[in-house]
Amino acid sequence: MEPPMIDISDVSKAFTLHNQGAAEIGVMRGASLAVAPGECVALVGASGAGKSTLMRMIYGNYLAASGAIRVGGLDVTKAAPREILALRRDTLGYVSQFLRVVPRVPTREVVAEPLLRLGAEAGEALAKAEAMLARVNLPERLWSLSPTTFSGGEQQRVNVARGFIHPYPALLLDEPTASLDGANREVVLALIEEAKARGAAIVGIFHDEEARARVCDREIDVTGFTPGRAA
Amino acid sequence: MTQDNPLLDVRNLTKFYGAQIGCARVSFDLWPGEVLGIVGESGSGKSTLLNCLAGHLPPDRGEVIFDTRAEGPKDTLTMSEPERRMLGRTDWAFVHQHARDGLRMGVSAGGNVGERLMAVGARHYGEIRDQALDWLGRVEISESRIDDRPTTFSGGMQQRLQIARNLVTGPRLVFMDEPTGGLDVSVQARLLDLLRGLVRDMGLSAIVVTHDLAVVRLLADRLMVMKDGHVVETGLTDQVLDDPQHAYTQLLVSSVLQV
Repeated sequence: MEPPMIDISDVSKAFTLHNQGAAEIGVMRGASLAVAPGECVALVGASGAGKSTLMRMIYGNYLAASGAIRVGGLDVTKAAPREILALRRDTLGYVSQFLRVVPRVPTREVVAEPLLRLGAEAGEALAKAEAMLARVNLPERLWSLSPTTFSGGEQQRVNVARGFIHPYPALLLDEPTASLDGANREVVLALIEEAKARGAAIVGIFHDEEARARVCDREIDVTGFTPGRAA
Repeated sequence: MTQDNPLLDVRNLTKFYGAQIGCARVSFDLWPGEVLGIVGESGSGKSTLLNCLAGHLPPDRGEVIFDTRAEGPKDTLTMSEPERRMLGRTDWAFVHQHARDGLRMGVSAGGNVGERLMAVGARHYGEIRDQALDWLGRVEISESRIDDRPTTFSGGMQQRLQIARNLVTGPRLVFMDEPTGGLDVSVQARLLDLLRGLVRDMGLSAIVVTHDLAVVRLLADRLMVMKDGHVVETGLTDQVLDDPQHAYTQLLVSSVLQV
């Protein structure tokens, strides 16, 4: 078996709320998980169980209190900021539920940005962005507008287009089909299947059970990583 | 210049105003292509730090080691004055909060950009004018305004002109003091987009001082939080803002008004 692309071992996480009596809230303990290239693992568990927290720790957005999280061999819990920036640029993609962009930047440039950051020539990056926007059925008249005023489903497709425009070897997907209708959901599921076929290791959160059953190889219930509960 | 050296390596930089701390024992490094944001309230020492880094204020202690093109890493604080001034005209640039502090208000827009080129030895009038035109275009100032003085420009245009004047010599490190402060939000967004594009396309490194957390989230790769002259927290920008560890950073982040 190939070595895992994403390898999480014995990770814990607590939040200390300094301005609320320094309350310390333990949210995760003993989290372990390995994802091989070409594999898609779904994180499941009730709201608040820690699915997003674990995903954010893999991305380096939240700090882990202990343990190791290796993505493509780099331990993000100990890596320098510039190593995590390079990881996010080259290796680790993230399709968030939320769209955070500079206002007034046209959608096609928002989608092309990951390629521009990788040093792609502007014309080529924009052409690829347009092809991807067409694939997720975003009407062409929207491409030159900023996505900040788009509907939820349209913004989600912009996020999907941006997350799949570069063939990242590792991908994090946070509810990638949540606000999509049937046809667009199908497009996103096909993109996920293609990413798996080219060997991407994927960790995802899907409330959409059918989608989960179709693209995920395994489910991990993060409730097992809740502190104070027998794992 | 190699990939293995940080562009800037700051060690223990300390500045007092009498008995008062300006900034104390600040250390960090900055790598090529990185944008570092420095946030904190008024009086936190962020502007003092920026001015010490850029050579506008003499610090009391510490080192500011810059990876020079010719001689590799060198402490800019012990450089000779002419050498440091040359750095300020070539590899370094400083974007002031108030454009009028960084522009010559009595000189035309084209002259403002051309002047910096002449300071590094450009003499051919046609080439200087061509480069000035190219840069005015990049910062979205119409060619027809090249002979107008910045006094006739709006605040946002003045700020874009200041950026053109600073970047025309192809610097490797840009210091920015509240670059979007005092501008309308719509103008801010356009300026942020422009700065991001320039940083990405020119491979610039930048140090941006601001009190605006929304600006750093969109512009900076890394963040340094200052309070009472001390650095209290550093890290990836999104990590510091979304999972702040220090009490002060938590207060700062939770105090932002939502729109």
